Amino acid sequence: MAGKVKWVTDIEKSVLINNFEKREWVPVSENEDWNFYWMSIQTIRTVFSVDTGYRLSDEQIVNHFPNHYELTRKDLMIKNIKRYRKDLEKEGSPLAEKDENGKYIYLDFVPVTFMLPSDYNLFVEEFRKNPSSTWIMKPCGKAQGKGIFLINKLSQIKKWSRDSRTSTFVAASSGKEAYVISLYIDNPLLIGGKKFDLRLYVLVTTYRPLKCYMYKLGFCRFCTVKYTPSTSELDNMFVHLTNVAIQKHGDDYNHVHGGKWTVSNLRLYLESTRGKEVTSRLFDQIHWIMVQSLKAVAVSGVHSKTTFQNILTNVNASPSLTSSTANDRILKYNLINDTLNIVTPNGEIPDCRWSRSPPREALGNYQVLYDEEQAQSEHTDLRDLRSRSGQSLGSKGTKGGAGVRPVTASWK
Amino acid sequence: MLMDEGTELSLTIAHIVRRLRGSHLHSQIERQAKVSPFRPGLFLYIFFMRIIIFLCLAGWERKLQNAVYRELQLPPSHPAAPPEHLKEPLAYMRKAQASWEKRVLKSLNSVSTELGVPLARMRPVAEQKELTDKWNEMGTDEPDLNRFRPVYAPKDFLEVLISLRNPNHDSSEDVSVRSHWGLIQIPLDVRDIPQLKQVFIGYLYQLIFCPWSDAVFVFCCALVISEQDSAAAQQYSRQGCPTGLRADLWALILNCTNQPQDVMYYEQLTAGVIQHDLLVDNLIYKDVKLTASNDDYYFVFEDFLYQVLLCFSRDTAVLDHFKYNSATPPKSYIQGVIPFHGFSMYVAPLCFLYNEPSKLYSVFREMYIRYFFRFLKYSGIVTLCLQFERLLQTYLPQLFYHLRQIGAQPLRIAFKWMVRAFSGYLSTDQLLLLWDRILGYDSLEIVAVLAAAVFAFRAENLMEVTSLVSAEAVLADLSTLKVMPLIQIFLFATTV
Repeated sequence: MAGKVKWVTDIEKSVLINNFEKREWVPVSENEDWNFYWMSIQTIRTVFSVDTGYRLSDEQIVNHFPNHYELTRKDLMIKNIKRYRKDLEKEGSPLAEKDENGKYIYLDFVPVTFMLPSDYNLFVEEFRKNPSSTWIMKPCGKAQGKGIFLINKLSQIKKWSRDSRTSTFVAASSGKEAYVISLYIDNPLLIGGKKFDLRLYVLVTTYRPLKCYMYKLGFCRFCTVKYTPSTSELDNMFVHLTNVAIQKHGDDYNHVHGGKWTVSNLRLYLESTRGKEVTSRLFDQIHWIMVQSLKAVAVSGVHSKTTFQNILTNVNASPSLTSSTANDRILKYNLINDTLNIVTPNGEIPDCRWSRSPPREALGNYQVLYDEEQAQSEHTDLRDLRSRSGQSLGSKGTKGGAGVRPVTASWK
Repeated sequence: MLMDEGTELSLTIAHIVRRLRGSHLHSQIERQAKVSPFRPGLFLYIFFMRIIIFLCLAGWERKLQNAVYRELQLPPSHPAAPPEHLKEPLAYMRKAQASWEKRVLKSLNSVSTELGVPLARMRPVAEQKELTDKWNEMGTDEPDLNRFRPVYAPKDFLEVLISLRNPNHDSSEDVSVRSHWGLIQIPLDVRDIPQLKQVFIGYLYQLIFCPWSDAVFVFCCALVISEQDSAAAQQYSRQGCPTGLRADLWALILNCTNQPQDVMYYEQLTAGVIQHDLLVDNLIYKDVKLTASNDDYYFVFEDFLYQVLLCFSRDTAVLDHFKYNSATPPKSYIQGVIPFHGFSMYVAPLCFLYNEPSKLYSVFREMYIRYFFRFLKYSGIVTLCLQFERLLQTYLPQLFYHLRQIGAQPLRIAFKWMVRAFSGYLSTDQLLLLWDRILGYDSLEIVAVLAAAVFAFRAENLMEVTSLVSAEAVLADLSTLKVMPLIQIFLFATTV
């Protein structure tokens, strides 16, 4: 017989608190004995810093992995993925196979990217190969589209580096003002003429072995202004950036739907206009990218038995729990609800010895994205990479949570 | 004046031949025949046979078949009947429709005089250029539309339908089991459940006795598309189209082939929009802003909606359908369709299927000519309303009586669903499944059946409400409903 879960949070969001209260869990302060702490990334940094040296007991869980920034900082994500690919190549893994142009066949999912200022010379070399290309500059540690801009001339970079050196000299020298620069994808898929991105929620309960769940009810975020690759609009962020934090300041932002479209709408649209096969392949590839990027971090990661993390594709440790519309609130409430159902089965006090395979009924709107343990026990026919393209994830998606086998079988 | 079947058939044939003779298909076939290697010889008969075989081999037989099939799908017209009977055989209905139209037009005219906006005007050159530039992003334009109000909303339309009476029928008796409890008080023949079962039974048989495996069904649909068989496509649509093939199947059923001349026609209409400014444009604009732009499913397609609807308001081919519609085109500068509040929702779901404006346009126009116009035609919508009320009264009398007593006449709630064919109320995937059946059965009846089925589904909650407002609240969100299971339960599991 277990007692009530004692919870703390330093994020005052109703979608969180309502979920805790619904379970009749007991609120406590962070200095007391707690079982469940939903903390901001600032808090987790202090709590688990070397100085504090806090260690989780067997009955405690938190909502981040201490190494979350390996994937959520733009520069580290690139670094990890690049290293992961090299490691696989050294092992002679078939995943690292390249085509005749020297491109990875299965792992080519990040655009050409450099760190600035450190890789500046490499970037210049690449830029000169194709001087008409457009590049996107993003500050490494910022979110919500802050500090992002597009360039198509080297002089713009020079100007930027001059300006940033004079204005924030201290920050630059401490490395905080580091940027990544990536080749801009200037022919994105448009719907209704507008650019959009995907917000997909993935729950990772353990990295070693990797076990992650994908939330079925993600959404697309649309720009409010029609997309144009024209260079004259390069500085119009309403055209290029999908972040709600940016778009909501636009004249055309709609507060009823907030430019958000469900992934099920996207699937219906794509299947109707492009056919089932293409759509399934697309979603299959999205899932593949997610698992590969998670694996990229898993190799480098520090591991803790009793944590879980909620991450986003591109990748965000603290997805916005602010709800911009009524539907959004429902989605996020259910997201937290389903998350809690997986990490604390039956609402009991967490225990690090739990078997980490919740029954299918308990998954809610999650589906198993990847289960390393199960994959390893099952993959007798693992080297047949061709089957990856043959068997699509799509069929699984429609059957709800029945996904464990097809996912693992199609990937390994 | 009775005619035997043979005469009637030959009249129909003559009618279709007359219609096809002027068509583009006719000239295409003629051109093809001219390039055949055969020349008329001694025996003209043999020459004709050779030409026919030649055309069949070139694939024209199927195209001709589909064209004839399309003609047959259009509302039946008795070739010998006088023109006003073609439109609407019942005189009182015809009169009511005419006076409603007069009212709508008057209100449009008064908007025009009140606001000092002309019904139509030529755009100055500068304005034409500006519109051309922003053709693909009309949504970003924010003209001042506060002064405009929709000319009419579905509930205004409902009010006039309620007041409709047959002068030869006395409906003033007291409420009894035999009298009609609903709002529509005219005697028309509508199908009840046993008759509806007959209509939809094929579908059920299929479900029970010969369930398609998904793969087989998809294969068959793909085959029908490659064969370009319109009639077969319609049969398959009754089962619900596979998502990936729906766009092609619908275009096939509607015989929208998206030929170069269709694209050209669409471009002509676009030019018309750019040249002339119509008062109704503002109404269209306002309608999209008030409905689709705020809709979770459809906001993405806002700009497509303007393009399609503005072109539609200038399409004279739409006038063609008034031959068999009791509605009459008001004036040539408004091509006959004064949009009611919510009109753009007829187009919105189609945006999920077609991302090419000209194709989207031709499918919408055909859908309008075949189906949507019936929602705006008196005898069409009245029949649906009546059918809905009869179904409810016959199969859920307690519920009907309860709602009537608390002043929540079911039709007051269901009318807005029906008049929009549920667009904007159901989730899009379910809505498309419903429209599959409209096309498949070539009938709007399923809309009335679904409306009744929704009431049946929520009957328990509805029995507990005590006011119209709370009844509306119970039925406010239909986005989680699964259409076909609801209809099946209602039709095949309801006992009297």
